Amino acid sequence: MRITCPLCGPRDRREFYYYGSEDYLTQPEVGDLDAVDAQLHLRDNVAGRVRDVWYHEAGCASWLVVTRDTVSHAVEKVELVANVKGILAKTKLKGGAA
Amino acid sequence: MRIDGKGLVDRSAPVRFTFDGVAYEGFRGDTVASALLANGVRVVGRSFKYHRPRGVLTAGSEEPNALVEVIEVGQQTPNVRATVQEIFPGLEVKSQNRWPSLKYDVMAVNDMLSPFLSAGFYYKTFMWPRKFWERVYEPIIRRAAGLGSLSGRHDEADYEKAFAFCDLLVIGAGPAGLMAAVQGARAGVDVILADENPVMGGRLLADGGEIDGRPASVWVAEVLAELEAAPNVRLMVRTSVTGAYDGGTFSALERVGLHVAARANLPRECFWRIVAGQTVLAAGALERSIAFADNDRPGVMMASSLRAYVNRYGVSPGKRVTIFANNDDARLSARALMAAGVDVAAIVDTRADASTLEDCPVYAGAEVVGTKGRHGLSAITVRHRGGEMQIETDCLGVSGGWNPLVHLTCHMNGRPVWDADLAAFVPVAGAVPGLHAAGACAGVFSTQGCLADGARVAVLALGVLGRAVRAVDAPVAEDAPYAVLPLWEVKGKGRAWLDFANDVTTKDVRLAAQENFASVEHMKRYTTQGMAPDQGKNSNVGALAVLADATGRSIAQTGTTTYRAPFSPVSIAAMGAGGRGAGFAPQRFMTSHGASVDRRAPMVEAGLWYRPSYFPKGAETTWREACDREVVMVREAVGVCDVSTLGKIDIQGADAARFLDLVYTNVFSTLPVGRVRYGLMLRADGHVLDDGTTARLGENHYLMTTTTAAAGLVMRHLDFVQQAYCGDWDVRFVSVTENWAQFAVAGPRARALLASLVSVDLPFMGCSRVEFGGVGARVFRISFSGEEGYEIAVPSRYGEALFRDLVARAETLGGGPYGMEALNVLRIEKGFITHAEIDGRTTAFDIGLAGMISARKDCIGKAAAGRSGLTGAARLQMVGLRPVMQAAITAGAHLFTPGDEVRRENDQGYVTSVGYSPMMEGYLGLAFLRDGRARIGEMVRLVDHLRDIDVLCEVCDPVFHDKEGVKLRG
Repeated sequence: MRITCPLCGPRDRREFYYYGSEDYLTQPEVGDLDAVDAQLHLRDNVAGRVRDVWYHEAGCASWLVVTRDTVSHAVEKVELVANVKGILAKTKLKGGAA
Repeated sequence: MRIDGKGLVDRSAPVRFTFDGVAYEGFRGDTVASALLANGVRVVGRSFKYHRPRGVLTAGSEEPNALVEVIEVGQQTPNVRATVQEIFPGLEVKSQNRWPSLKYDVMAVNDMLSPFLSAGFYYKTFMWPRKFWERVYEPIIRRAAGLGSLSGRHDEADYEKAFAFCDLLVIGAGPAGLMAAVQGARAGVDVILADENPVMGGRLLADGGEIDGRPASVWVAEVLAELEAAPNVRLMVRTSVTGAYDGGTFSALERVGLHVAARANLPRECFWRIVAGQTVLAAGALERSIAFADNDRPGVMMASSLRAYVNRYGVSPGKRVTIFANNDDARLSARALMAAGVDVAAIVDTRADASTLEDCPVYAGAEVVGTKGRHGLSAITVRHRGGEMQIETDCLGVSGGWNPLVHLTCHMNGRPVWDADLAAFVPVAGAVPGLHAAGACAGVFSTQGCLADGARVAVLALGVLGRAVRAVDAPVAEDAPYAVLPLWEVKGKGRAWLDFANDVTTKDVRLAAQENFASVEHMKRYTTQGMAPDQGKNSNVGALAVLADATGRSIAQTGTTTYRAPFSPVSIAAMGAGGRGAGFAPQRFMTSHGASVDRRAPMVEAGLWYRPSYFPKGAETTWREACDREVVMVREAVGVCDVSTLGKIDIQGADAARFLDLVYTNVFSTLPVGRVRYGLMLRADGHVLDDGTTARLGENHYLMTTTTAAAGLVMRHLDFVQQAYCGDWDVRFVSVTENWAQFAVAGPRARALLASLVSVDLPFMGCSRVEFGGVGARVFRISFSGEEGYEIAVPSRYGEALFRDLVARAETLGGGPYGMEALNVLRIEKGFITHAEIDGRTTAFDIGLAGMISARKDCIGKAAAGRSGLTGAARLQMVGLRPVMQAAITAGAHLFTPGDEVRRENDQGYVTSVGYSPMMEGYLGLAFLRDGRARIGEMVRLVDHLRDIDVLCEVCDPVFHDKEGVKLRG
């Protein structure tokens, strides 16, 4: 299997670390236990198109959202998580003093 | 025997080798099979189950019979195909599966017992008593059946793995493959042409026909000269492409050094991963057999292999040859033999309307119904319209038609389809993305057809690569239509073999059908059809045709078994090249490694790192003596320890403080410059990820330390948090673990030691840049021992010198170096955690640090840490343990309430760390105990069934040493 890193180009699967569903990109708010449950545990087991988070660990250290098909193994799209629209907007993390 | 003037072997280069201890001579370019046939050797092995004498069947990598052992110094390679192994001076080859000798094999008695040894016999026979199966029956059966044997020693030879990339991969260098490669070469794309044979040309060399009116081998030489001269073409001979994988990735095995005697600088094999933009599969086709009674005698061969031996090796496999076929193609072999002066006694053609116009007798509408000859074929029985007759012959070439080598097209779940006209399975286009079948493997069987198809398919593939080119004109060659009348078995008395390598007969397949193992996958497993080293390449289609007949279905309805990689056998040693011994995991050494080894310190693994366990001194004979001494040394004088393995991450930027507040549970934005703070990190699920200290070196500059174990994990986590949640913040970080060597100096005399080196006055948890000897360094006043402690960091290149210097200074103060064992005891005495405690299952609450989760801000894992199940009395909480009586305790032991029965349901917790404290004169432990903090002062029963330990312990506060931190703060 090969994944085309937006920064490095097409690379062998062995260079990448698999994390999991793109659901991990949305941080639940403190106190919203249903959201915590959903983010940590509720997953579909899809035969078909999935969007997962991968890490180009043996490459440029980019975190990626890979859209691929679990049946055909075809990779449709690879994006930097930082560029996936809406992630930052959806995240309601409050930083420190700065 | 050799035929003068024929073959492509080098007659000027005789090569001597031995087979079963007897010396033979062949020529350079011979395989073991061709050289043995040239020497008139007919029996080369014994069969798997019945121990029947077997001879060479084919001339290629699909060979099921002629499997031999190659013997070398320190090596014994079993199941080497004699048709693939090239001979070289001194090559030593042995036959397999026979005792005491190939000619007189005791186990041949199995052949007499064959009525009892049909498929599934042992499942039925060795049922009782049940426990006898593993201890008695199976070992006996395994010894009686089987092929080669291993040396029993480690394979210490060299293997390699390598990667290759190309635009166009062409698999197979026969007519279609060569044309495809030429097309790619002229289009200017990067081409790899891989072929499993030592010379390229495929069946053009074996068939010996003409191209453009000249011998085919001349055309092959011209094409290869063009390809070799092209800078964009890489020719890979002796390279079998064995598997097709996602994304245009292919595995391939190259036999690099197996064909030459002296190979000091050559690996035996190289396992390739080839990544191709587009691929042309020109794997060709394999001739298939016809099952008839006693069709396994040495001398019965595939018809096409006969002309391969004549044309490639200049060898005739027999003196008086017969042919048995259901198609026109086999006639080429008869003609090639006759042209070489070999007597062809008869062609037995199953087709009633077959032409009889040959220079030898042709029996149309006839069948071979039996064979004779104990150690090799002496006669065949032919049934024809007029009755039965015997023909004396020492070599019978059989052809049941051709099967396209569809294997690689099926490696990604594809299934081939049945083509009734060809009576063969053909590949489905698009089954492997980017792979296009061309020539015989796509069902194109004439030479002319293959040449044109190779060019046509290459043009198609080049189009996908964005190179619009015209097909080059194919040269003129044989273009006869493929005429075949399907025939899979000649029914009659006697056993008719399908899978020679696994001794599977038509009767076995019919028995499977009769016992309702009627699915092709069930039949395969019941009979072991196709499970031998050739994986059924020679026999699967024939076997499923027999199964179809037995079950009243068509071949298309019956279907094939699943084709899986590898296409041909791949040694595990090649796939795992470089992974033996120390190659299995890289070794990381600290700068002080040599200095520690100089002091005879045993080095122990800490992840990939190696750290000193202890530093033995004087008359000490056990690690405990050294450890106890080192602990006391640190508590009473001063000790030096290399802590460079801890992860160090340099974090900078205007938002660095804000970023640390996000990843740590506690606040770092309020940390003054020049100070250090202990921090705790959670995973997204609210459990503890890691802990460590982070120093603020400047307003926008922090240095984070992680544990040794989690250094990579934390880096990955920081990358995730930064890229996923705060990609627009001004923060950058990089691992500097290997850039800095860092040493802990701990003990009441640590300050004196430091003062002898550099003038610096630091408060507890302070840090400063210093300089000594012209070297810029950093000093942190932090402690993992509970004593006044400093860590001094210098650029790695000064690490060893500083370590030696610090140890020397420590020794003048009554101190010295200490290792991992003492470090562990010191931190247990102080109740400091490691990954033994934060093992991924524990929360901040569990380790008594819930207060470190700041209420004033959010952090990663805070939401999940608030789940009710992660806090409270039901949790296992960290406590200290002391045995009531002097006794040893162990990590991994479980805890029980005294008086409770010791069983799983009553389990109260477990022990994570233990050490012998010379200061307390007894064992101390850290443990996780249900509602532990409320039970301090109570007794628990510590039980370790594995080490027979059952000790009553007092539950304590985890901090045993200097609870108030007076020593720490100095």
